[in-house]
Amino acid sequence: MMRLMRLSWLILLLAALAVRPAWAQGPRPPTDDEVNAIARKLYCPVCENTPLDVCPTQACAQWRSLIRQMLAEGKTEQEIVQYFVDNYGARVLNEPPRQGFHWLAYLVPPLAILVGVAIVVQAFRAMKRPGPAAPTARSDQEALLDEYLLRLEEELRRQR
Amino acid sequence: MLAEFGYGILLVTFLLTLYCISAALLGALNKSLALVESARRAMFLTFPLLSLSALALVALLLRGDFNVQFVYEVTSRSMPIYLKITAWWGGQAGSLLFWSWLMSAFTALAAMRRWDRDQEFLPWVLVVSGGTLAFFLALNVFFENPFARLYRLPDGTIGGYTFQPALSTPVYPSDGRGLNPLLRHPGMIIHPPMLYLGFVAFVIPYAFAIAALVTGRTDDRWIRITRRWSLWAWLFLSLGLVLGGRWAYDVLGWGGYWAWDPVEIAAFMPWLTGTAFLHSVMIQEKRGMLKQWNMVLIILTYSLVIFGTFLTRSGVLSSVHSFAQSAIGPAFFVFIGVTFALSVGLLIHRWGDLRAEAEMKSLLSREALFLLNNLLFISILIVCFWGVIFPLISELVTGQKVTVGPPFYERANAPLFAALMLLMGVAPLSAWGHSTVQTLGRALWKPAVGALLITLLLYFTYTRNAIALIGFFLVALVVLVAVYEFWRGARARQRAQQENFFQALIRLIARNRRRYGGYIIHLSMMMMAIGILGIELFQTETQGTLGVGEELSLQGYRLVYRDVARWDDLAGGVNHTRAVVELYRGERYLTTLAPRIDFYYDAQQNMTIPGVRSTLADDVYVLLLYWEPVSAQGATFKLYVNPLVNWLWLGSLVFLLGVIVAAWPERDPEPASVRVPRSARQTSSAD
Repeated sequence: MMRLMRLSWLILLLAALAVRPAWAQGPRPPTDDEVNAIARKLYCPVCENTPLDVCPTQACAQWRSLIRQMLAEGKTEQEIVQYFVDNYGARVLNEPPRQGFHWLAYLVPPLAILVGVAIVVQAFRAMKRPGPAAPTARSDQEALLDEYLLRLEEELRRQR
Repeated sequence: MLAEFGYGILLVTFLLTLYCISAALLGALNKSLALVESARRAMFLTFPLLSLSALALVALLLRGDFNVQFVYEVTSRSMPIYLKITAWWGGQAGSLLFWSWLMSAFTALAAMRRWDRDQEFLPWVLVVSGGTLAFFLALNVFFENPFARLYRLPDGTIGGYTFQPALSTPVYPSDGRGLNPLLRHPGMIIHPPMLYLGFVAFVIPYAFAIAALVTGRTDDRWIRITRRWSLWAWLFLSLGLVLGGRWAYDVLGWGGYWAWDPVEIAAFMPWLTGTAFLHSVMIQEKRGMLKQWNMVLIILTYSLVIFGTFLTRSGVLSSVHSFAQSAIGPAFFVFIGVTFALSVGLLIHRWGDLRAEAEMKSLLSREALFLLNNLLFISILIVCFWGVIFPLISELVTGQKVTVGPPFYERANAPLFAALMLLMGVAPLSAWGHSTVQTLGRALWKPAVGALLITLLLYFTYTRNAIALIGFFLVALVVLVAVYEFWRGARARQRAQQENFFQALIRLIARNRRRYGGYIIHLSMMMMAIGILGIELFQTETQGTLGVGEELSLQGYRLVYRDVARWDDLAGGVNHTRAVVELYRGERYLTTLAPRIDFYYDAQQNMTIPGVRSTLADDVYVLLLYWEPVSAQGATFKLYVNPLVNWLWLGSLVFLLGVIVAAWPERDPEPASVRVPRSARQTSSAD
């Protein structure tokens, strides 16, 4: 048991050493804000509907340090995001990927809204039958005053 | 014994509700007033019965009877008394009972009104609301019994059972698991009841609408009866949404209030159709138009209420809100499908009777603009609905789960909300019947120029962000138009009545509550819009690990880390880790904040409580993310600056005022129908 622990420490140390040159290449270690900026665009792969930057679980803390490590290795944001998609599926993205079947996510709402517009236009036409000519001589001011104000002032006039 | 008593009462109420439905149906079909009256009395009885059942549950919660599964799951010995009571709606079975209890209260209230003029509606209102109540009671009776006891089966598994299974032994845990810490917050105590009140209250207008469709009495009567119901329902639903946002802001520790989580949207969708409904019924009352459409809206609202409960309660979406998952999904699915199909069938049957009485004269008339407003609300609903169900569809079709997150909703909904705001600015100035470009332009140009000037001022002093400027322009426009409306009305009254301006203003509002209450609501929405624009467009954040005395700076604020302490609160079963940080603006000391992490032993869960300095200009929101005494590296903080967010909460208070003004019962009897008849024909619906 002790040997196993010592061995794992050794591996960790080696890993740290292996990472070192990459750290040295970059101008400075990545900041928390740089890590969060990428984590914000990803969703926690285990707890649904929680962005990775605010997820409080231990697993997410590890994923954030993974992002930090990848940043330190000089990976771009795109590469990091791609890594997460490859390993955990498209659900880590904050939107469905724009490909294949998932295009439906983006196409259905505008089409449905267009149908709605068409229905409203149709209904509007149907409701706008040629009726008796609207009185046009009313002054603008009067047309603006709605019936409540008209009624109110009329009543008051009568009272006086 | 108490648990068996509670379950027995639940069962009796369920059977009684079934009797109520059958008696009402038979009474309506055989024209037997006695049967209908019997059904009405049965409905009265459901409320005291369910209150008894609920009391039994609360007593079990208070007593800490952990042999009862629900008590074991949501309470623990260390919880304070008020939390033990509110744990009633902290879990699946209890919250369903809570739903039923509220539903029975509202149905009993509706049954208590004077029915002399609306005898023919009564049986159908009882059938519809009783049917909904029976469905929720059935969920409790057959699937989610809050009174189930824990038994250990011969194979060692422990489960909750209504009746003791053969060869099993009862289990008496010494302590419960405790309420989810996220729910131990004042916001979470009021938020679900508010939301449920809103949900449940919308069932009543729907019941009347269906009664109108069944009986063929399709004039405005059902709308006039339920006008206040709808307003109160809408108020509760709106407050429920705002309180949910406030809870998220205070407790979830992500610096925001709304994340377009499917479960938030579940409550937002009936709000959208409900809001559209509140607007479009005005057109029916004033002009006798859009009758078919109002039916569509109330049917949609009802279905979305049930759908929303289904989404949150069935666990079909796993999200931060879905604490409870169970096997009630299929039952919900069938119920929604059946009620929706029946409602639509009825509507199609009566379609011809619901034709408009007046014609649309102009594209700029108020009714046309209201129609546009409805179109926008429905468009937002389409985006939200599709966003919520697309991941499910994707999982079904491709086997791959996807996330539909904030960018999707924000991109699609932002222009729709902007268009709604523009309408909110224009519509109050347009006239019923007909408006022309000239009349509207003449009324609109002053507020529009005023709003432009304000926007220009903001451009030079506050922000150059184009989206923000468009948003602020629209806010200014709506505010100026509403203020102008108040001013115009008060001036007219002042001149005519020789009152001073404030007297005139107060009396104007008091005499025409619905209209001016509506404008107050518009103003409150704009306050909320300011808050939303502020936090959505200008929120900034930074994170860092600090040693004592070190600082983190953001937007001119400096956060200096002073101290940290960790201690156990044994009575509460909580471990607190609290940091002390000082907040400076430049060199000026502002205040000391104490963000903390609470660890709940019973639930084995952390809660991150922010330290917040709140002003009208912005919130400085500090989270303590991490601190370990061993590593002693320092503490990790996350600092947010959330500009203008307080306007959101202030706006909700003004909103409350506006709805109360609009919904307050009038002292005078209801005024006669004020619809302007198209011809000399008088509307017969006057009452």
